[in-house]
Amino acid sequence: MSNHDIAVAGVGMHPWGKWGKNFVSYGVHAARAALADSGIPWTDVDYIVGGETVRNGYGGYVAGATFAQALGWNGARVATSYAACATGAQAIDTARSRILAGLCDVALVVGADTTPKGFLAPNAGERWDDPDWLRFRLLGMTNPAYFALYARRRMDLYGATQEDFAAVKVKNAKHGLSNPNARYRKEVSVEDVMTSAVVSDPLHLLDICATSDGAAAVVLCSLDYARRMGLEKPVRVSAVSTVTPTFPNTVMDMPNLSTDPSAAVGTPELTFKESIGRAAYEEAGISPEDVDVAEVYDLSTALELDWIEDLALCKRGEAETLLRAGDTALGGRIPVNPSGGLACFGEAVPAQALAQVCELTWQLRGQAGDRQVEGAKVGITANQGLFGHGSSVLLSV
Amino acid sequence: MTATPAIEGWFTTGAEPALLGSRCTACTSTYFPPTAQQGSFCRNPACDGEEFETVELSRRGRIWSYTDAQYQPPAPYIAPHAEGEAYEPFALVAVELAEGIVVLGQAAAGYGVGDLKVGAEAEVVVETLYADEAGERSIWRWRPLNSGLVTELGQEVDQ
Repeated sequence: MSNHDIAVAGVGMHPWGKWGKNFVSYGVHAARAALADSGIPWTDVDYIVGGETVRNGYGGYVAGATFAQALGWNGARVATSYAACATGAQAIDTARSRILAGLCDVALVVGADTTPKGFLAPNAGERWDDPDWLRFRLLGMTNPAYFALYARRRMDLYGATQEDFAAVKVKNAKHGLSNPNARYRKEVSVEDVMTSAVVSDPLHLLDICATSDGAAAVVLCSLDYARRMGLEKPVRVSAVSTVTPTFPNTVMDMPNLSTDPSAAVGTPELTFKESIGRAAYEEAGISPEDVDVAEVYDLSTALELDWIEDLALCKRGEAETLLRAGDTALGGRIPVNPSGGLACFGEAVPAQALAQVCELTWQLRGQAGDRQVEGAKVGITANQGLFGHGSSVLLSV
Repeated sequence: MTATPAIEGWFTTGAEPALLGSRCTACTSTYFPPTAQQGSFCRNPACDGEEFETVELSRRGRIWSYTDAQYQPPAPYIAPHAEGEAYEPFALVAVELAEGIVVLGQAAAGYGVGDLKVGAEAEVVVETLYADEAGERSIWRWRPLNSGLVTELGQEVDQ
């Protein structure tokens, strides 16, 4: 146990889907579920952090206060975090800092979103200095096209096949079957994936995650407070990595049109995604061999394979070998995305990194039901978002 | 009618077109898209350079990866086809240059993913992207050379 661990006192979610409601209603539902799970009343929470949602107007920009008001102003201090897909983890990190500094006892972290149909496109207007706008205007480069670049490299460099990518979907669909918070709960076959439309070669429609409404919340407190609450062996947050890339970032990242140049300074030891996981392991003093379960950001099926290697759960180029051996399925050596992952959820940006933490908390408590990873003691999450954001949360019990 | 670049200052036109990068005068890191006009800072954390010179980037590089767009991308993408005509999928290529930089671009007209391979050579060309009220707008694209792997990357920047 490191000396900067904090306790997860409670977790809760609103089921993912397309519910047509306001993001606040999802967030409050998740927050109340997490508070009920913790047994701590809202009036005892003295810090609330909201994950900002950029598609829901001013209330979304000040999400922390929006949730606080909806739950009833209780005088808690407030913050709102935004870090693209890593928003939830950054919000946890913010809460953790205040808890570890002794400046608060109990923090509630909430993320909720509603998302549009189809491709995520940039906001309207002409913005010739914005790479997120230029990539559409000059290239027609959508998010799935970036995922497809990574998938193609696996095929040309490591011999991955489209059937391997489909097998990731099949596995995750099976994992999510009994998850009450998952949006898609249906078995999928390799043939289903292979016969779905190709969106960006080599990825089919069923290789790419949808966008969803959803919310997740986490109640955090110090280990001392947990003890006073009678929580003897709580799930602990042992690391929160929110590192930025180290120059030069040599992997083509959304929404950029190019990478950093390496000719003058050489390539760094680790890629950005590798460095995200490395920082989590170092902070926790836990090594990849100790990990029992992982929740990684499968924006595409192939990206799950990248993450397995980025988190050092196997060597570079060997993720397909693990997949084919069933090692990453429930019952295997290192189950990946037992929740069903984004394949079964679809992405709800500010809630997603929190949802990963909720799942691992249930796993480490042994409360995951049919999708339980037996005897799981250490779990790790990973994700990456736009503009140098990424995160990895390491949980242990 | 001669096409004008869809974006000013990012590439040259003519018989041997090239992408234009900004080279930091202090550490020689070379950026694309060019940054010099915007009063930018060198992104190398060990360098506080703020002056850049515009340089032509290597015209050839090695394919880092590739894909295509089977569905028409959303706005602000402008489709090249006239209203009522069918959308034509196009390929996208990321090419690694000797400057140690990977640059995205569409594949040259007529080339699809079947013509591409990670590690193979590609060359920059300039073609029409779309037409607006001012006429045709051009863009850089990558044309696969199918001449095997690049073996002497770096020669061009050494000049």
